[in-house]
Amino acid sequence: MTNGWCDIANTDVALVMGGNPAENHPVGFRFVMEAKRKRKAKLICIDPRFNRTAAVSDLYVPMRAGTDIAFLGGLIHYAISNDLCHMDYVRAHTNAPFLLREDFSFSEGHFSGWDAEKKSYDKATWQYELDGAGYAKVDPTLENPRSIFQQMKRHYSRYTAEKVAEICGCTAEDFKKAAALICSTGRAGKVGTILYALGWTHHSHSVQLIHTGAMLQLLLGNIGLPGGGINAQRGHANIQGSTDMGAWNMLPGYLRLPRANHVSLDAYLKATTPKPLRPNSMNYWGNTPKFATSLLKAYYGDRAKKENDFGYQWLPKLGETENQSWGYFFDRMHRKEMHGFISFGMNPVANGPNTEKMLEALANLDWLVVVENFETETASFWNAKKLGEKFYPKYVDPAKIQTEVILLPAACFAEKDGSFVNSSRWLQWKKAAVPPPGIAKPDHEIIARIFMAVRALYEKEGGKGMEPLMAMQWNYAQPLTPSLEEVAREVNGRDLTTGAQVPGFAALKDDGSTACGNWVYSGSWTEAGNNMARRGQEDPTGLGLFPNYAWSWPANRRILYNRASNDADGKPWSESHASIRWNGTKWTGDTPDYKADAGPHDYGAFIMLPEGVAKFYTTELAEGPFPEHYEPMESPVKNALHPNASANPCAPVMTSSADAMGTPDKYPYVAITYRLTEHFHYWTKHVASGAELQSNFFVELPEALAKEKGIKGGDAVRVSSARGTVEGPAMVTQRMRPLTVGGKTIYHVGIPIHWGYVGRVRGPLVNNLTPSAFDPNSGTPEYKGFLVNVEKL
Amino acid sequence: MLPVNRRQFLQAGAAVTATAFGFRLEAASAVARELKIARTNQVQSVCPYCAVGCGVVIHTTGERVKNARPTVVHIEGDPDSPVNRGTLCSKGISLKEFVVNDRRLTKPQYRAAGSGEWTDISWDDAIQKIARRIKDTRDKGFQEQDAQGRTVNRLDTLGLIGGCTDTNEINYLLGKFRFGLGILPYENQARL
Repeated sequence: MTNGWCDIANTDVALVMGGNPAENHPVGFRFVMEAKRKRKAKLICIDPRFNRTAAVSDLYVPMRAGTDIAFLGGLIHYAISNDLCHMDYVRAHTNAPFLLREDFSFSEGHFSGWDAEKKSYDKATWQYELDGAGYAKVDPTLENPRSIFQQMKRHYSRYTAEKVAEICGCTAEDFKKAAALICSTGRAGKVGTILYALGWTHHSHSVQLIHTGAMLQLLLGNIGLPGGGINAQRGHANIQGSTDMGAWNMLPGYLRLPRANHVSLDAYLKATTPKPLRPNSMNYWGNTPKFATSLLKAYYGDRAKKENDFGYQWLPKLGETENQSWGYFFDRMHRKEMHGFISFGMNPVANGPNTEKMLEALANLDWLVVVENFETETASFWNAKKLGEKFYPKYVDPAKIQTEVILLPAACFAEKDGSFVNSSRWLQWKKAAVPPPGIAKPDHEIIARIFMAVRALYEKEGGKGMEPLMAMQWNYAQPLTPSLEEVAREVNGRDLTTGAQVPGFAALKDDGSTACGNWVYSGSWTEAGNNMARRGQEDPTGLGLFPNYAWSWPANRRILYNRASNDADGKPWSESHASIRWNGTKWTGDTPDYKADAGPHDYGAFIMLPEGVAKFYTTELAEGPFPEHYEPMESPVKNALHPNASANPCAPVMTSSADAMGTPDKYPYVAITYRLTEHFHYWTKHVASGAELQSNFFVELPEALAKEKGIKGGDAVRVSSARGTVEGPAMVTQRMRPLTVGGKTIYHVGIPIHWGYVGRVRGPLVNNLTPSAFDPNSGTPEYKGFLVNVEKL
Repeated sequence: MLPVNRRQFLQAGAAVTATAFGFRLEAASAVARELKIARTNQVQSVCPYCAVGCGVVIHTTGERVKNARPTVVHIEGDPDSPVNRGTLCSKGISLKEFVVNDRRLTKPQYRAAGSGEWTDISWDDAIQKIARRIKDTRDKGFQEQDAQGRTVNRLDTLGLIGGCTDTNEINYLLGKFRFGLGILPYENQARL
């Protein structure tokens, strides 16, 4: 989240789209209700399903799954064409005035630079027009036809209310009602928030979808303000923290993992440290060398010296264009190109797309290690035929599966210390309450024991890659059972000259004199102690920031981009919606997202970006600098804007023997997966109360479709896709209205996710149905908006 | 911090209500609730489910008893948390059943190639076996240099996933484990 849970109470208009907080984040949803109660805020819910968030909303608009960009693009067009944008904000704080090159263009669904053979773009024509000093040229009047504002206006002029209705299946009237409410925040004194979750991320165009939401919020002047922002509700207790700590292509703190062409630390830093694109850009990522060098010092300790590039060569390097995210490596596993696999608290059989492919892939391994609280579908994948009964009839006998499996019992949250980061970016420290059951062990001990045992084998026998393995610093007081407090202090970072904890990332150096395990967490455990364990109840701004409760990254800042809650001269857009204020010598309030004592005109408001301002237009994404509506990879209709570029041209679709894509003649209905309040993911099927409250898998069908098929509530149905089938009782409701799209009636089928073949209650895995189709930027699978058929059994 | 005062407050409140008005159901419930958490040790924690990050108080007993293992007897919302102010959702309210659960894994288990069942294995044997498999896979698949002679120190035949359910500190250690071994195929729950 740019903002936080408590801050939602400050909003005037809450747009919930791609999420269902009333059911899936019920405690956080209290703040939406508080805003409604105390501020008369309006709640708008846009979703294929009339869920419980919709039930308490002021306006609900149904839409077809996978068409969110069309809806949001329509809102951009509506705001611009009805003069509802917060234009002073747009001029002061965004790249709307930047000029594009003359050869940039868009036609028939493709931007300039499209290479049909490679299925990718040459982005040369997408760049800004630069002046002699390397800065982007701007037109402050926004009137130049090559300005981003004019280009954006032109790009979304196609997204009329009627076109939105045609694509999304809502009515133009409903769209306009929603647009009027949402765009009512496009002025000083009114602020709107967007809340989303997996309904926005589970698409083959998910990153661009969120980009569109951010563009809308910038046009309305809602980023950086209390009650505003773009807020990912996030699904797991520490999904934010595990992302902060790295990804397939990231080191901790969002530093890029090096690639093979970055042959030295210098080459790596040159390639990954941005240069300012405007004279007043602070370009905070310009400090990348300090963050990276300090990380290398934390990783390699005294072995990291200037002479050896601080151990840079020991880090693994990705190939120049290689992708090692989920879809790609499971595809490689399926092709027998991987031999071993370790899963710490994840369950790929249940949560990966195309269950049968997951099962086949794991059966192609030599060995598998699963570290878990409970037995999972992944740990017992070799027994799927027996445990899964009728759902895996084709699956092979265990005797034919040669994968060795080791299942290790791990401590749960209550049995170990450490910090979780919630969606508000608050690091909250928890303490172990009890020891784990039986002879189960905490995960850090399991990791340490395996790592030390591998090292011992190498020391004894020698082997490949000894140096990087031995160079990784593991100097904990008890190497087999490191204390998490010790680790947290290493993550915060320290000054190697004085031995003191650094107070924050501003103290980090690029000369090897500081070590820091994750620069964005720098400040979490300082000389003052463990700031994540703080319990202060004070709220001096009255905005729900609670600056002394827990610790928020970065720098205990509670609202990101908060400089933008003030105008160019440092005056709040409105007295009620500024979390920081300029008193003539410094900024007060929240930790400023700006230099604390720099005058309002010294820098652009978005200090992390090389532009110094927020971006409507970005060259960083695969499929275009502006978001464009593309149909899901499986869609009942052709793209109404450009039928010949219907789905995302850059989205990867896997093509293994287990993969197949369906067509609407065989699979005419649009399926969505969803979650239930009573269950958490695939865990609570082990918990008695969850198992009792929602014991049975079911398939939600619209009344009209059920009638057409002669299906009554409770009848057994089979849902099939090109990948597989699930069977269960039908729940016939009025919650998913039939939608008219391009003259066709479109039905949705809704399927909850929580069952599997291991648990107190069992049922089919919905991912039997889902495709191995992914977003090209994030690698997220398309779980919302794939095609199925439904039969009565 | 919070426990003693709250308990005293509840006791005092119950006494006053009972004396002034005779028997009152609210007072009785307060006392009954109080009995449930009387003499417990209380630890501040955070709910492990969604990312709202509700503060919870875990009540345990058995810390001071010889020959007994401490156990969780109650988990409730932390009234001091600005996020949840003592409230929890239908899943959070039953967290005790998640921790104290007869389905929890309590010992390492092993499934041999081609076998149809689990067998018990000691921690030492399990760790040694895993270390051996990792080393064999790594020795076969580790690439010190790529085809162009550039140092890459990478391993792509061994995959690693997880961390989303675990703390930052464990994720940091998992990162050191990963980069020490050179593992490239790595994922957490963020995109699923």
